[in-house]
Amino acid sequence: MNANLAVQLVGISKSFPGVIANSNIDLRVRAGEVHALCGENGAGKSTLMKILYGMLQPDSGRIEVNGEPIRFRSPSDAIKAGIGMVHQHFMLADNLTVAENVLLGAEGQHGIGGKARRRIAELAGTTGLRVDPDLPLARLGVADRQRVEILKVLYRGARVVILDEPTAVLVPQEVDELFGTVRQMREQGYTFLFISHKLDEVRSIADTITVIRRGRCVGTVDPRTVTSRRLAEMMVGSELPDPGSRESTVTDREVLRVEGLTLLAESGDRHVLDAVSLTVHAGEVLGIAGVEGNGQTELVETIMAMRRAAAGRVSLAGADGAEVDLTPQGTLGRREAGIGYVPEDRTRHGLLPSQPLWANRILGYQSRRPVSRGVLLDVAATRTDTERIVTEFDVRTPGVDVPAAALSGGNQQKLVVGRELSGDPVLLIASHPTRGVDVGAQALIWDAIRNAQREGLAVLLISADLDELIGLSDTIKVMLRGRLVAEADPATVTPEQLGAAMTGAAE
Amino acid sequence: MNGVLTGWLRGRLLAPVLAVTFSALLCAVALLVSGDAPWTALKVMVSQVGQGTTAVDIVNSAAVYYLSGLAVALGFQMKLFNIGVEGQFRLAACVAAIAGGAWALPPVLHTVVVILVAVLVGAGWAGIAALLKAYRGVSEVISTIMLNAISTGVIAYLIRPDTFGVLEGNNISTRPIEHSGQFPGISLGDKGTVFGMVFVAAALGVGYWFMLGRTRFGFELKASGESPTAAAAGGVNARRMTVLALLLSGAVAGMVGLPELLGRDFAYTLNSPQGYGFTGIAIALLGRNNPVGIAAGSLLWAFLDKAALALDNVGVPREIAVIMQGVTVISVVIAYEIVRRYELSAQRRKVASEASVTLGPADAPPPTPELTDSSGNPSEVR
Repeated sequence: MNANLAVQLVGISKSFPGVIANSNIDLRVRAGEVHALCGENGAGKSTLMKILYGMLQPDSGRIEVNGEPIRFRSPSDAIKAGIGMVHQHFMLADNLTVAENVLLGAEGQHGIGGKARRRIAELAGTTGLRVDPDLPLARLGVADRQRVEILKVLYRGARVVILDEPTAVLVPQEVDELFGTVRQMREQGYTFLFISHKLDEVRSIADTITVIRRGRCVGTVDPRTVTSRRLAEMMVGSELPDPGSRESTVTDREVLRVEGLTLLAESGDRHVLDAVSLTVHAGEVLGIAGVEGNGQTELVETIMAMRRAAAGRVSLAGADGAEVDLTPQGTLGRREAGIGYVPEDRTRHGLLPSQPLWANRILGYQSRRPVSRGVLLDVAATRTDTERIVTEFDVRTPGVDVPAAALSGGNQQKLVVGRELSGDPVLLIASHPTRGVDVGAQALIWDAIRNAQREGLAVLLISADLDELIGLSDTIKVMLRGRLVAEADPATVTPEQLGAAMTGAAE
Repeated sequence: MNGVLTGWLRGRLLAPVLAVTFSALLCAVALLVSGDAPWTALKVMVSQVGQGTTAVDIVNSAAVYYLSGLAVALGFQMKLFNIGVEGQFRLAACVAAIAGGAWALPPVLHTVVVILVAVLVGAGWAGIAALLKAYRGVSEVISTIMLNAISTGVIAYLIRPDTFGVLEGNNISTRPIEHSGQFPGISLGDKGTVFGMVFVAAALGVGYWFMLGRTRFGFELKASGESPTAAAAGGVNARRMTVLALLLSGAVAGMVGLPELLGRDFAYTLNSPQGYGFTGIAIALLGRNNPVGIAAGSLLWAFLDKAALALDNVGVPREIAVIMQGVTVISVVIAYEIVRRYELSAQRRKVASEASVTLGPADAPPPTPELTDSSGNPSEVR
């Protein structure tokens, strides 16, 4: 491979208010290679690429293209220098044809007539796009749209193509096709900058990998010699959290018992939940697996009395072992009985975005100490307790007066989990507790759940992350079309087997 | 701590001061355009406050506006727009006047009963909209506007001489409330008499502040207004809160007509004042739903109303006061937006400078990365 540098970034720094997105980053991309840029969400990959593409100006540092120092004031400068970017979210016009989309804004290159069409046809082959350029874009699938985006970039003369999370929108087979195209184009001398956080994909396509963590360049490695685990550790910066490996704390004391819970669709003609029965014991994590839309959300919301069950019974045994029938209780009554609830959508169901953190501590606990005494709120005690959560759960915030919306997703979730573990719950219902949070918060949340479980907490866990589900659960039940159809032992089941059961293939 | 305090003061005072300055400038321009001297107009208006009963009139009138503003603000807390304060207060005043005139009760008790009737009628009238909203999903904006129209008809029926009214000269009126039912004011001699209800209004303001900031109910109200879904997940019954918020708003609205009814008019007539309910909307906006802000807004509004009467004496059209009121509301909305943006960027700079200090080696805690994207949201909702 030739050692000429297509692109070199030297000492790039960029800070946003509150965040240092890039700090003194060096990146050397050789011509004709696929260079992967790896890092967690928020590590600074996209910022760096936006700087390279002229969308952002670095605070300091310099950019060299083919050995020439260059300053980009806008993306058009970058395009002139032969750098193109394919955004994660496509920037295409649905009502225009493929050819029109490509030509839009680049009419100056080859006009809009036959010459332009010939050039498009020529390049279409390169990108593997096999559709008629006169087809309206609305008729194209996601993979083809992506190819149109690449085509646009090539038409404008790019030799260096930045692909921002290109596989996020593709199914596995399409990913393979995209990789085929990328390899083929690499043979033709194109250079790729490939942004991703999916390690297996990066290892299969990249010639070189640069890992970025918290705005800094951690290192550049060769994918043939590095292990996935090592890569992941470089990204995360510590030992990987591992949901598995621990001894069982399951007891035979029943905490939550759900019997024949039935929920009808709003139109009333369909069972969203069809006589669901389950039991969660103290110290047990019961995981519910299922393809989204099979009733998991509704199961949780019905147990929380946010939806009204058509039939069935929910009962909860407190720490003293006395069983309480929760069926007639509303949401607050069930929370008071000892249920902590981590909702699947924290911004919709878990937080009051414009309220300060301490006011968010009140939500769901407005009837209990330390938050309130009868009808009066105890603001001082609430603030103190919020500060405790912030410390214990490592919520990164300047203080408890900050509005919840100012926190990052991971920190918001830590606050919610901390709050829901605060009222001495006997049962925690956790819906996708680590969805959309960074790896650090994920590890902390897993630890928190496991610690509470060790102290006898019963946990009902819903998760789309099968590794999380298998790693945390003591028992897994599979939900399909509103019914619990299968049970699996997390010690032996594989994600593939679980996947088969979730789609009904194992029936 | 000093920085915190000045920051707090700036946050609270900058926007209103900007707004008033801006609207004063605009009005000055309007006066100059019409060929009058702004300075003379202002001087006349300010000196008018010392004349006769003007100062007391301003306070009395402000109390009415204050009650109306509170009623609207109570709805706003839950993102409910109670346009029906107008209908609620008029119907409540009318029925309270009828009840007060019909019943003979011992002093104090008589007054309390009249107030209670007004509160219940106001709440009941708003309750129609509340139930429609909670159980049928009817927008409270539509239903309260409709109810305003209906209340006009109901009042016209109620004060007919052959129902509860009496004909007095050319005017139809309810039977006057006896002395035992009146709310005694504080007489300042020839400066006028401050309505007793002024103190009730002030007490309600304190109650409003306490309820919102210190009680579970206030929290549930604010939570339901901000995010009905999160409130529901937190065990707040959103439907119940909707009903309660509108009932409460209506109850306060029911008292809007009382300062004048129990302190000056003692009867509800065809000529009883109208429009306080709509003024309340402007004042709630002016005061940003804050009890102190609403008080300031009411006083300003009342000052412009009463002091403008003097403008005729110097040949300045007194309609300039109406222009000033309108301009002030718009200025407040604009000023708060400007100040919000300014504070946001100030806050960002502050967080940025703190972050660059705390960012140590690569394994130091990461600064909250989403701050830039999301910090715009909270203040917008505020």
